[in-house]
Amino acid sequence: MSPTPSVTRIMTQVLWALLPGIAAHVWLFGPALLFSLVLCASFGLLFEAALLKARHYPLRPFLGDGTTLVTAALLALALPTLLPWWLYAVGMLFATVVGKHLYGGLGQNTFNPAMLGFAVLIVSFPAQINVWPAPAALAAYSPSLGDAYDMIFAGARLPIDAFSAATPLDSLKTHLRAGHEASSLIAAQSIPTLQARDLVALLYLLGGLYLLARRIITWHIPVAFLGGIALTSGVLYGLDPAHQAGPFFHLLVGGTLLGAFFIATDPVSAANTPVGKLLYAGLAGLITVLIRSFGSFPDGVAFAILLMNSAAPLIDAYTQPRVFGHRRRHLPGDKP
Amino acid sequence: MTALFNFPGGIHPPEHKTESNGTPIRALPLLPHYVVPLSQHLGKPAKPCVSVGERVSGGQMIGTPEAGVSAAIHAPTSGRVSAIEARPIAHSSGLNGLCIVIDSDGEDASITTLPPPHEDREAQLARLRTMGLAGLGGAVFPTHIKLAPGRHENWPLLILNGAECEPWITCDDRLMREHAEAILDGAQLIQNLIGAGQILVGIEANKPEAIAALRHAADTASRSHITICPVPTLYPMGGGKQLTYALTGRTTPSGGRTTDVGVQMFNVGTAYALQRAIRHGEPLTRRIVTVTGAVNTPGNYEARIGTPIAALIAAAGGRTSAAHGTLIGGPMMGFDLASDEAPVSKMVNCILVKDSQNFPPPAQVLPCIRCGACARACPVSLQPFEMHWYARAHDFGKVQSFKLFDCIECGCCDYVCPSHIPLVSFFRYAKSEIWAREQEKDAADRARVRHEFRSFRLEREKMEKAAKHAAAAKAKTESAPTPAAMPAADPEATRKKAILAAAMARATEARKAIVPKNTEGLPADKVREISEIESRRASLLQSVHDSIVKEEEEESSPAQKEAP
Repeated sequence: MSPTPSVTRIMTQVLWALLPGIAAHVWLFGPALLFSLVLCASFGLLFEAALLKARHYPLRPFLGDGTTLVTAALLALALPTLLPWWLYAVGMLFATVVGKHLYGGLGQNTFNPAMLGFAVLIVSFPAQINVWPAPAALAAYSPSLGDAYDMIFAGARLPIDAFSAATPLDSLKTHLRAGHEASSLIAAQSIPTLQARDLVALLYLLGGLYLLARRIITWHIPVAFLGGIALTSGVLYGLDPAHQAGPFFHLLVGGTLLGAFFIATDPVSAANTPVGKLLYAGLAGLITVLIRSFGSFPDGVAFAILLMNSAAPLIDAYTQPRVFGHRRRHLPGDKP
Repeated sequence: MTALFNFPGGIHPPEHKTESNGTPIRALPLLPHYVVPLSQHLGKPAKPCVSVGERVSGGQMIGTPEAGVSAAIHAPTSGRVSAIEARPIAHSSGLNGLCIVIDSDGEDASITTLPPPHEDREAQLARLRTMGLAGLGGAVFPTHIKLAPGRHENWPLLILNGAECEPWITCDDRLMREHAEAILDGAQLIQNLIGAGQILVGIEANKPEAIAALRHAADTASRSHITICPVPTLYPMGGGKQLTYALTGRTTPSGGRTTDVGVQMFNVGTAYALQRAIRHGEPLTRRIVTVTGAVNTPGNYEARIGTPIAALIAAAGGRTSAAHGTLIGGPMMGFDLASDEAPVSKMVNCILVKDSQNFPPPAQVLPCIRCGACARACPVSLQPFEMHWYARAHDFGKVQSFKLFDCIECGCCDYVCPSHIPLVSFFRYAKSEIWAREQEKDAADRARVRHEFRSFRLEREKMEKAAKHAAAAKAKTESAPTPAAMPAADPEATRKKAILAAAMARATEARKAIVPKNTEGLPADKVREISEIESRRASLLQSVHDSIVKEEEEESSPAQKEAP
């Protein structure tokens, strides 16, 4: 009877919305992503079940609600494929156990679980995490399913240069350090994997628009996040076009579109008031570009979102909507 | 007046109006018994003014309104009062309430009708005070109080509420279709009473027949100031503040009434009842009730106040086999009926028999994921998920800071919650806890004041007593003979003192003779210790004795000084 989808239905819709991007990724980068998706999902459900059991929660409604699968999918998409299996396990351990259950379980977590897992991995295992498989068309050698299996489970190490390539953000950083100019790099398409990754990113955008149409998410966070990125990178590019990439580059590369529609919009860890959402996501966009341009990590989406997650309660407290019949909005410190 | 304003939020639940709005309002046959509750309105219950065994006529007042907010109660038919006792009533608490039971005599004789229409405003108001009118939209606020002069300045705008936004309910719809003329006549009577200039009638757009009927009735020169305003079908459009905003754009201040923004609002059913009361001298003894849901012939019935709900359900063909449970009111704000024996009261606008198809058992409640669907649905722009969070944590001060008391309990948040959390229940709980704590605090404050006054009183009495004693002592010493003369003057006292001294000396000797047994044969150091303690005690006793003697000397010294 309820017109609003249940939690399970919301999560299912999010998974559906990820599907085009996943399909394009598999088509362009080979089937290894399927391994990491299945691995993250399996470890996620395993940890979730163990924690639910330990906390005396019923397994069925919580395992079936789909939230763990969404977390697993987001982590798998944020990580490179072809990592050894235990890295996915560590990521999901931090996402599910630390990021979610130690905060009290579904609905109580301060930080986006998938981004927490990703942050732990990129801080602890930077060398492994920076090996990104190249698009199949560009790679000298494209790993087959069997190769992928060997690399993930048996610890086989193919020569890295044969199948991997730097991500656009990585290669921009490297080239800039080498003294090249950003605009010429992008114009000359000397950043190799741009188009393939653009396609995947645009399909995430498509999925995001689907979520908007189904009213699973509201427009505030994606628009403000993309706006924050475009504005900040636009200003930086205007100030220093030689060493900064323009807004279009920033909007398409890295985790921008995935983050805008699927990660920053996680309602549990985001700000929830209309004005708060704009502020939260706009600042996340700003921090993303600052980390990309001036930080040591190639991409800043995860850290920007985690940082703004911690500020979300404060933002909410100061952006309460004006209640019908009141002259102004409630602020902390006002009398009830 | 065509401009409409959108209040925030709102929902579109399935309407379920066609089940019951297709057939005309039906009357019920006379029943053998009517059970008339004394509390059918907001405020104090009426006071019974008939006794058991007394004969009453239809329309006779059987309960007089108490002072303040209260309304009268009238006999639904002629007969005999067979009991005045607690019976099940239609109330969300499920508790019994005091009722007057009338055994019908089958004649249905009414008291002589009141004189023809009064045009005088004072006379009309005086009559309405005895007619037992209360808001029939569900709030049952006594109508004569809303009309009473002097409470506010003139209200320039009168709004008739025919929105009927709750699903399933169609009693106002049918009434507007069938009695449009009388409703508008009632509206004009109210207009004269409160001095309003303009009348708006707000009706949700899903009632085209009612809109057409009212437009037809309003289409005369004398009613050019009446505007029939279709409003969007959006729950809770029928809320007083919501309809006021939708029609006028005026925001009723928090904690206030629509009269604060120059609007007085009456339900269309109330306007009809008022018209009957003034034009025909009929007190409020019947109302339209929708009987719908899992009954065989859903529809609207004109039921006398006091009709057992079981009789209404029977009139609607009885429950279907799928029926389970009954709601009073609609699915959004109604409550579960505890007993079918409860009678129809002035607030019962709908009897909704539930079945499992339309009212499935509540789904598994999951934790809140802060999706904000409730905040988007809230017609008051609250943040229900935050209030729920703090209500769960029993942090009621925080819940209040999210404007808990602006919640109108419309149920929109419950309806949209993807985790199926019964949010309104949490808010009712938080409200009742806060009220209970306020009361406890008040009681504690009163107790503290009482205690402080008692301490003050005891202190004052002690001081008064001391002053009295001092005065008495002073008077005594002034009249007393000199100390030197005392022994001589009172040889008897001297003798008694001597006897007393001798007795005390004997007692001391006796105490010395008794040697405590457990101190026999103690080692030398223990004996020394005991003797030390004894000497300390003796010196203490001596010092106490000295101080007492000194005090006595001081007390008597002024007398001695004065004596020579």
